[in-house]
Amino acid sequence: MDQLLDYSEAVRKFDITFGIEVHVELNTKTKMFCSAPVSFAAPPNSQTTPVSLGLPGSLPVLNKTALEYAIKIGLALNCSVAKVSRFARKNYFYPDLVKNYQISQSDEPIVYNGFLNVPLDDGSVFKVEIERAHMEEDAGKSNHIGKTGRIQGAHYSLIDYNRSGVPLVEIVTFPNLVTNAKAPEIIASYVRGLRDIFKVLNVSDAKMEKGNVRADINISLAPKNSQKLGIRTETKNVNSLKSIISCSTYEICRQAYILDKGGEVLQETRHWHEDSLTTSSGRIKSDADDYRYFPEPDLVPVVTNSQQIDKIRQTMPELPFDKRQRLAKAWQFDVKTMSEIVNAGALDLIEQAVKLGVSPQGAKKWYMGELLRWAKAKSCELDSLLPTAQDIVYMEKLIKNGKINDKIARTVLQKVLQGQGDFATVLDKENLHVVEDLSVLEQAVDTALANNLDILQKLKSGNMAPIGVIIGQVMKVTKGQADAKKVTDIIKSRL
Amino acid sequence: MSELYKLSAWEIANKLRLREISSLEITQAFLDRINQTDDKLGAFLLVDDKIAIETAKKIDSSRLKGDTLPKMAGVPIAIKDLICTKGLVTTAASKILQNWVPPYDATLVENIKDNGLIILGKTNLDEFAMGSSTERSAYKLCLNPWDLNTVPGGSSGGSAASVAAWQTPFSVGTDTGGSIRQPASLTGIVGAKPTYGGISRYGIIAMASSLDQAGPMARCVLDAAILHDILSSYDMQDSTSLNYDFGSMEQAAIEGTNQGLKGLKVGIIKQLTGEGFSKGILAAFNKVVALLVNNGAEIVEVDCPNFQYSIGAYQILMASEASSNLARYDGMRYGKRFLPDKQTVTAESMMKTTRDIGFGFEVKRRIILGTYALSAGSYEAYYGAAQKVRTLIKGDFTRAYKQVDCLISPTVPTVAFKIGEQLDDPMAMYMNDLATIPANFGGMPAMSIPNGLAANNLPSGLQIIAPQFKDYNMYFLASALEKLINFNFNPSGLTQLSKAVNL
Repeated sequence: MDQLLDYSEAVRKFDITFGIEVHVELNTKTKMFCSAPVSFAAPPNSQTTPVSLGLPGSLPVLNKTALEYAIKIGLALNCSVAKVSRFARKNYFYPDLVKNYQISQSDEPIVYNGFLNVPLDDGSVFKVEIERAHMEEDAGKSNHIGKTGRIQGAHYSLIDYNRSGVPLVEIVTFPNLVTNAKAPEIIASYVRGLRDIFKVLNVSDAKMEKGNVRADINISLAPKNSQKLGIRTETKNVNSLKSIISCSTYEICRQAYILDKGGEVLQETRHWHEDSLTTSSGRIKSDADDYRYFPEPDLVPVVTNSQQIDKIRQTMPELPFDKRQRLAKAWQFDVKTMSEIVNAGALDLIEQAVKLGVSPQGAKKWYMGELLRWAKAKSCELDSLLPTAQDIVYMEKLIKNGKINDKIARTVLQKVLQGQGDFATVLDKENLHVVEDLSVLEQAVDTALANNLDILQKLKSGNMAPIGVIIGQVMKVTKGQADAKKVTDIIKSRL
Repeated sequence: MSELYKLSAWEIANKLRLREISSLEITQAFLDRINQTDDKLGAFLLVDDKIAIETAKKIDSSRLKGDTLPKMAGVPIAIKDLICTKGLVTTAASKILQNWVPPYDATLVENIKDNGLIILGKTNLDEFAMGSSTERSAYKLCLNPWDLNTVPGGSSGGSAASVAAWQTPFSVGTDTGGSIRQPASLTGIVGAKPTYGGISRYGIIAMASSLDQAGPMARCVLDAAILHDILSSYDMQDSTSLNYDFGSMEQAAIEGTNQGLKGLKVGIIKQLTGEGFSKGILAAFNKVVALLVNNGAEIVEVDCPNFQYSIGAYQILMASEASSNLARYDGMRYGKRFLPDKQTVTAESMMKTTRDIGFGFEVKRRIILGTYALSAGSYEAYYGAAQKVRTLIKGDFTRAYKQVDCLISPTVPTVAFKIGEQLDDPMAMYMNDLATIPANFGGMPAMSIPNGLAANNLPSGLQIIAPQFKDYNMYFLASALEKLINFNFNPSGLTQLSKAVNL
């Protein structure tokens, strides 16, 4: 077990430098360098061509859509687009790497020198400096068969080359210095920011749980204000925002303990363990890792021109950060509320409902309340739930007009969530509506008061506390379809 | 006709068109010829009688029906075993690809099939095209039809020997540093490397991707030109393929014969006419220079000072690319798998053993050299420097072509050497490519045509190098010179080849 320094002490004693490499799988129809379909559900080794199997004599041809997507990502990250960029071969042997080299980009990436502003919960913004983003192909997938599920202890391994050649863009940050306690939050917010950009650009399915977005986190510590770079570790494939926070925090505390005791951090690759929330040592990594990069002779240089870039620029949608700022202002929500909304994945849903006429508060109430509870209980995304923005709009209109109350709305919404139909249909079927006939309510109030003379006395004497009991009984009699405000008024008229 | 197999490809095509012979007859004639000669010659690694005969029959019946057929339909051809043929074992003459059957055709093979040519089989080569003698084939030796004690050159030695031994009218070779032109020179035939990007590389097992080009080999310029036209096409599957109209090489060959050399400016490369070239070769070369002058061409000596570095730079660039291109042969997905004897079998130990046993000596030498040249700390000194030399050599060409239309040189510094003579002397072996490498560096079209006999009654070759994209001019000059040289093609070793058969 690693020994850890308390987090608050760690960030009091040390400055933290992080660097993040994010790989994103593009959702192009075909692979990076051949016509094999990109499909993740297909049977093993069914989505291949001679090129994606690395057969002798096969040659790569660049997927133009993948190039366009890479440029889009670069523009969204405020990068410069290279006039000439080149592919290079990264040479290393591994069974799931069909050619035993990966076609990647080395010193001439497609986009470079950018940044991403990431919003933090306290309302501040951190500017993450980005070095480059480049195109490359994915490798196949090894499935190690045995008790461990890892290569150590496996009886044998099966390789699925469906993923071989799937287009990737790798986004690499510069080392970013953090002098306060926010490094884990910044890192997670940055990865979330990238994920949201991939989604809004529609260049990737961007599902972290499916491995569409994979983050490698480099962290190093240096004594406060020393202006030095410490020795870093790289934790590979941290694939959820929650894990990113835990893993970064863990690594900071682990390194802090070592440094605090006068020790030296080992430069290495580490693995993140979701179960124990710890990292463990992988292979020793040094800067002398020799991939023998050289220009890929099978591909011609990628040449871009400004007209082409402008054309792509014109197709760029509003980016998540800008949208968040704009909507916060329009809706007059505070930073904390906006953070919660964004973290819940409710921003677009609320925006859509507001566009259709619901008040921002009203839309927020439902999405961040009833619907979010349901999504959390079912562990699914908010935008995958059945109720549509139209349902929310219709529901809010009926409440506003006094045709239904919140309780009815909730009851119906539950049934919509269960798949019994849209809001109007369920409402109709269940014949739920607010009791509008005053005489029915008056009769129910009178009965309730007659049955609870002690309460009536208290109410008359000015002690209004037990009024809820009477309202409750009226609700029971009317099966919850009474308007609570009206019932209160009637009770008061009887005192 | 008893010696059908001595016909040229265009003659065969004419006879087929006129229905003087059938494709089945001519195909059978070549299959018989191979059967009689190849046990000893070793030009073929695979002969597929069945498919050849089936295809020939199809062409014949199609012709009988009156279908419009491509001009060369029904003419046999042989293909270097470095080129993928769907359903037909392709080995690159390496143990590591023993019995490997490609599931796809190289683009140039598709072109061959679309043109109705009959594939006789796959020809021998140095393993993965690494060599200049075909002695590095993992399967068998290939002999030079002019003298069975000498090598046919390489790496396209089988493609050259098969043509020279009348086993096929023409064949396809590949050329990375001279692997078409050098064996063509050593066996007295014509061999051409097109402008880089002229013929698709898709389906050609790569040695050095930035230099590899396939090309035709034949006994006359016209046959080579006709095959060149068939092989070349713009191919979306090869990013380095050129979408360019090169014109018809057949037309160039015909016009060259008719129009002659008047007014043509021909350059002689100072660096490729002296040191390192044998007396006999230079004598033959000087004869052709005189022929040029006498026939109205203007001769200009051009200086290409950086050519002297070409062999060193080539060794580095070729080996670097090859080390990466050959990384995929690991026994994991296809080809031959060798398992370790004693250790536990892991992916890594299997890959190591496969590469240890599966690759031959020369292949390993180049992989190690290339891996070293690309390594951190060596990259700039080797790969980087070699790239600079390549740029300088291109500059030499640019300057030269400001003065002349075409360049000529001897193709190879010597005639065919004895089997085994250079096997333990890699530097001597590498010198074979002295005159041919620059064209690969520059991406220029270059070809070798027979230029009479030099020492020991062995053929000498003349190399023509044209500017990039000017393949047409190259064939034009080659055809004109072929007529003037009037080479007497008569490989003297052939008499010792034939099995005793009832003719």
